[in-house]
Amino acid sequence: MGSRASTLLREEEIEEIKKETGFSHSQITRLYSRFTSLDKGENGTLSREDFQRIPELAINPLGDRIINAFFPEGEDQVNFRGFMRTLAHFRPIEDNEKNKNSSASEPLNSRTNKLLFAFRLYDLDRDDKISRDELLQVLEKVDVEQKMSIRFLH
Amino acid sequence: MELFFNPFDNLLCILLGISFTVWFTLLLVFIIVPAIFGVSFGIRRLYMKTLLKVFEWATLRIERGAKEKNHHLYKPYSNAIIAKEPTSLEEEIKEIRRSGSNKDLDSAPEFEMSDIFYFARRGVESIMDDEVTKRFSAEELESWNLLTRSNYNFHYISLRLTVLWGLGLLIRYGFLLPLRVTLAFTGVGLLVFLTSVIGLLPNGRMKNFLSEKVHLMCYRICVRALTAIITYHDSENKPKNGGLCVANHTSPIDVIILASDGCYAMVGQIHGGLMGVIQKSMVKACPHIWFERSEVKDRHLVAKRLSDHVEDKSKLPILIFPEGTCINNTSVMMFKKGSFEIGATVYPVAIKYDPRFGDAFWNSSKFGMVNYLLRMMSSWAIVCSVWYLPPMSREEGEDAVQFANRVKAAIARQGGLVDLLWDGGLKRAKVKDTFKEEQQKLYSKMLVGTQEDRSRS
Repeated sequence: MGSRASTLLREEEIEEIKKETGFSHSQITRLYSRFTSLDKGENGTLSREDFQRIPELAINPLGDRIINAFFPEGEDQVNFRGFMRTLAHFRPIEDNEKNKNSSASEPLNSRTNKLLFAFRLYDLDRDDKISRDELLQVLEKVDVEQKMSIRFLH
Repeated sequence: MELFFNPFDNLLCILLGISFTVWFTLLLVFIIVPAIFGVSFGIRRLYMKTLLKVFEWATLRIERGAKEKNHHLYKPYSNAIIAKEPTSLEEEIKEIRRSGSNKDLDSAPEFEMSDIFYFARRGVESIMDDEVTKRFSAEELESWNLLTRSNYNFHYISLRLTVLWGLGLLIRYGFLLPLRVTLAFTGVGLLVFLTSVIGLLPNGRMKNFLSEKVHLMCYRICVRALTAIITYHDSENKPKNGGLCVANHTSPIDVIILASDGCYAMVGQIHGGLMGVIQKSMVKACPHIWFERSEVKDRHLVAKRLSDHVEDKSKLPILIFPEGTCINNTSVMMFKKGSFEIGATVYPVAIKYDPRFGDAFWNSSKFGMVNYLLRMMSSWAIVCSVWYLPPMSREEGEDAVQFANRVKAAIARQGGLVDLLWDGGLKRAKVKDTFKEEQQKLYSKMLVGTQEDRSRS
C-alpha cells in the first residue's frame, strides 16, 4: 500500500484548514502531498532537518530564520496544521477579501499578517521590537500584498 | 485404500509432467529462441496496447466514482503547484526599492528593510515546491494503472474496478511474476556459464565474436524477463570502439536495456555475492573495468584505466552514468566531470521510461535491490525509448565541466527531461556551504555596487 493512501486527509480536516487559511481544496491536498514527501520520518510532523534538506532553502541567506518561523516558541516539530498556517501568510489577497472590514478575525494572509511574518524574520529574540522609523518607511510605500504573495497555478 | 490412491497419484504426476513440458516448450519457442536470434513476435506491443485501453477505462471509472460522491479527486500534476517568478535577485530588489522610496536610486541607502521580502518569498516558494527533492521519488501518474502502489484515490473504486484490479493482481503475481523469475534465472545462469566457457578460449577474433553473441543473447533474455518494450531511435549513432557512452541514470535496468542492443564495456565497483560472481565471469569473456572498493576513491587511477581502455581501439566502448546515482527520470542532474576529462569521443544516449506501465526508478533509500527487482517483475511492463545522439567531442577552449554540461543539455533536450545544475548527490548529502556563501556574495555585491556608483557620481 502506498504510504500516501493510508494517511490521506479526512474531509473534515480539509474543511477546517480551508476555513482557517483560505486555501482551496486542491491546494490543500497538493500541499499535503508536499508535506508528506518532506516528512522522511513518516511521523506526521516535520523537524528542522526536514526543511534543511531542501537545497534551494539551504542556500537562501535567510533560510534558517524562515525555518524558525514555522516552529512555535520552544517546539521542534510542526504538524500539518501549523505548516499550513505559516504558508497561509503567502496566499495572494483576492479581490473579494480586500474590502472586508476588520470586525471579523483577520485572515492569515492580510497585509498586516504578511508584515508580521517579515517582522519576525528580523525580530530574532522575539521581543517584538525593531526600529520604528525603518518599519514605518516599509509600511508606507512598498506593495506588500504583491511582494509577499505566492501565486498558485491551480 | 492404497489401491485407490495409486491411479490417482499416477494421473496427477502425468498431468504435472505434461503441464511442465507444455510450459517450458512455450517458454522456449516464444521467448528464448527469439531472444537468441534477436527477433520478436510482437506479442509485447499488443499487450501494451491492450493495457493502455484498460487504464483509460479505469481512470474514467474513478473520476465518475468521485463525481457521484461529490468529492474532489486528488489530481497529481507533473507540473508545479506554484508560479515562480523568473526574475533574478538584482531585478527584484531594484523593483522593491523603486516602489519603496521616492528618492533617487543613486542616493538610496545601502540596505533597506524591505529587501527581506524577496528572500522570504523565495524561501517559502522553495518549501512549497523545489526543483531538487522531488527528483528523488517516483513520478506521479495522471491516470491509474491498476497498481496499488500508484493509486491516491483508492476509496473511489467501484466493484467492477475492484474486480479488474483483482484480476490484474492475479495475472501479475500468479502468471507474470513466476514466468519472469524463471527467465531471469535462465538469463543470468546462461550468462555466467557461457562467459566462463568462452573465457577458456585464446584471445582473438573468434573469442570476441562469440563473446558478443553470448552477451547479447543473455541480455535479451533478461529484457524479456522484465517484459521490457524498448524502442531504439537513431541507431546509426550507436557508440563505436574507443568511445565513451554516456546516459542518464534511472535504475540498474538501464544497463540491461542498453547492453541488449550493443556491446559495451561496463565500469563499476566489484560487489560480493551474486553480483560479484556475474562480474567475475563477464570479465573472462571480454575486458570490463571493475574496480576494487579502495580504488574507487583514487580519481587518477580511475581516469588512467578509463583512458587506457579507450585508447585500445579493439576494446568495446565504455558505458558510464555520470550522474552517479539514480534520478527519477523527470530530469537530468549534474554530470560528474571525471569521465569528460579523458578526451575520448562521447556518444550521448537518452533513456526515457514511460511510467504508466511500471515505474523503473530505483529509490535506493526506500527499497533494497531484491525488493526493487520484485516490484519491477510484478509491474505490467517496462516501456522505454532510447535515443542514440550524434557523437560529441570536447571543443577548443572548453573545459571538462562545460563539455559535461553541453552533453547533459543535449540528453535532456532529446529525452524531454528538465536540465538541472544540481548535484544528484544531494539525495543523501547536504548542500555545501559554498553555495550559500555564493548567494550572500551576490547580494552583498549588489549593496557594495550601489555604494561605488554613489562615490563615482
